[in-house]
Amino acid sequence: MENTNKSLKVNIGGVMLKNPIVTASGTFGFGKEYGEYFELSRLGAICVKGLTLTPRPGNPPPRIAETASGILNSVGLQNPGVEAFVKHELPHILKHDTKVIANIAGNTLEEYCHMAQIISDSATDLVEMNISCPNVKQGGVAFGTDAEMVYNITHEVKKYCKQPLIVKLSPNVTDITQIAKAAESGGADALSLINTLLGMRIDIHTKKPILANNVGGLSGPAIKPVAVRMVWQVASAVKIPIIGMGGIMTGSDAIEFMLAGASAVAVGTANFSDPLACVRILEEVESYLDKYEITDINDIVGKVAVHRK
Amino acid sequence: MYKQTYLCEIVEKKQLAPEIIDMTIKSKELAADALPGQFLNIRCGDGCSTILRRPISICDVDPAADTLRFIFQVKGSGTQFLEAKQCGDTLDIMGPLGSPFHLLEKVDGDVILLGGGIGVFPLFLLAKSIYEKGVKPTAYLGFRSADLVVMEAEFKQYTKDVKVSTDDGSYGMHGYATAYLINHIKNKKVGLVYACGPEPMLRQVQSICHENKVRCQLSLEQRMGCGIGACLVCACKIKKQEGFAYQHVCKDGPVFWSEDVVFGGE
Ligand SMILES: Cc1cc2nc3c(=O)[nH]c(=O)nc-3n(C[C@H](O)[C@H](O)[C@H](O)COP(=O)(O)OP(=O)(O)OC[C@H]3O[C@@H](n4cnc5c(N)ncnc54)[C@H](O)[C@@H]3O)c2cc1C
Ligand SMILES: Cc1cc2nc3c(=O)[nH]c(=O)nc-3n(C[C@H](O)[C@H](O)[C@H](O)COP(=O)(O)O)c2cc1C
Ligand code: FES
Repeated sequence: MENTNKSLKVNIGGVMLKNPIVTASGTFGFGKEYGEYFELSRLGAICVKGLTLTPRPGNPPPRIAETASGILNSVGLQNPGVEAFVKHELPHILKHDTKVIANIAGNTLEEYCHMAQIISDSATDLVEMNISCPNVKQGGVAFGTDAEMVYNITHEVKKYCKQPLIVKLSPNVTDITQIAKAAESGGADALSLINTLLGMRIDIHTKKPILANNVGGLSGPAIKPVAVRMVWQVASAVKIPIIGMGGIMTGSDAIEFMLAGASAVAVGTANFSDPLACVRILEEVESYLDKYEITDINDIVGKVAVHRK
Repeated sequence: MYKQTYLCEIVEKKQLAPEIIDMTIKSKELAADALPGQFLNIRCGDGCSTILRRPISICDVDPAADTLRFIFQVKGSGTQFLEAKQCGDTLDIMGPLGSPFHLLEKVDGDVILLGGGIGVFPLFLLAKSIYEKGVKPTAYLGFRSADLVVMEAEFKQYTKDVKVSTDDGSYGMHGYATAYLINHIKNKKVGLVYACGPEPMLRQVQSICHENKVRCQLSLEQRMGCGIGACLVCACKIKKQEGFAYQHVCKDGPVFWSEDVVFGGE
């Protein structure tokens, strides 16, 4: 039975998304290309390609390799820089009735602060701070893997951020709850997880790695169980909302993340196999709500019925 | 009107040579828009355990019959999946994608098509399109060996001349098709070259055309993710005033002007 009164609205750090479907940074560009496949206002939010202070050319190709139920990528943060984003890309996204999340990545604390400041003066709705990109030699991984550094950087960047600040966590750490708590105490308004897991593939005939960068980030269904587990652990460690991601291909996957404790979900790799993945997943989430006569999507967040040990 | 993915029925399937499959699919929308040099991005699995679509060039199109043809070489899991499909089965296809070969209104000199291996296939629709504009191109096609030589007779219908070379000399000239190009340039005025094939061949074509000041378009290959310009994985180096910038094979290409392409280090 279809329930027309159900509410799909979710609150991420004070910003209301019309539904919990967000695009995962780096898989959706600035929305232009997928905007030819569906109306972007169907989305809860668009999280744009990772931005850096100055333009970055990215890594040499090949930048992608297929793995069992996943892909490895080493794009290396190719982007036009944060100022070009605000000037040339943002106006196009603002034509659609959806929220905009600017994903930023820096090499130094100063760079992060400077970017947050530039974005503060724009019509961006939320800032997502990527402290977890495995592709950048300096910074990147170092920021995201040390709790004290995560606290410091969050605390500092928050001062420059007019918008709510999301901190995006790396799975390449020993205890993700420590990092999550550090971000929360540093002042993060929300968390997103997980970024890609560092991986490698070797062509046994040429004996060379397939990626020109040798290693890259693993995404797709292969990482989903790890991502769900981390969302669940982090959800019980912090009070701020979570955007869950990692291998979401269907509405069922999205529901799984929400039961584990995510208030919203991001769809990344799925866009490559199905350019309409985001809208399909949204519709599948809606039919789950209809099936179980759930009127408010927030009622399922964190409702996993864990076995008592 | 939004773009979409199309479920297309396979209406014809033939094996042309060992591991070379010729497939025709039915799709009104794809057949209406297809241009030479563009490609299809075909789902080759469930989209979940095998995520990436496979880019395959459009070889021919029949807008009156609403059909499209592509030819592929069986290499890994994706093309094996395609090979296992039969007439009556459907394929999930995105397309037509990429920017096509540029057809020039006036070319001063002969038009040459140079194909190597799987690079031969996209040149067929190009030959037809050039022929329909009233110009007969010359085709030089290179294959590994005699058993892999395909489409020679088909190319003859739309060209002044077709010459075939094989790497091992088992058919046609012994050597690479680029030798024909060098010879042609020596003897006659060449106005435009179109080339598609393995990178070493394209590098050679680039330097031959550069040395002889002949304009040339190259069709490049790169591993892809989204196929539409959003994920930035299919990077290729394109000349800029200082150095190069990365552009993307799926959207800015696969066809580029030869003078703009910078081939990688290795
Ligand atoms: C624009 C374009 C047009 C093409 N047109 C044709 C054509 O008309 N006929 C034909 O036989 N082949 C064509 N190819 C090459 C074809 O895409 C690959 O042979 C195919 O993707 C191999 O997939 P697989 O699963 O069989 O092999 P695997 O090696 O198992 O593939 C693993 C991954 O690598 C990618 N990959 C492997 N080789 C290539 C390659 N050469 N180029 C791009 N990605 C690759 C695959 O897509 C897949 O993601 C084209 C490639 C491009 C980029
Ligand atoms: C091609 C590609 C590029 C990516 N680029 C970025 C990026 O620039 N910034 C970022 O924070 N995450 C980036 N990611 C990670 C995704 O946003 C996401 O966290 C990850 O892929 C897991 O989700 P998925 O399995 O649904 O793709 C990228 C992922 C892919 C596949
Ligand atoms: S494949 Fe995604 S940009 Fe070309």
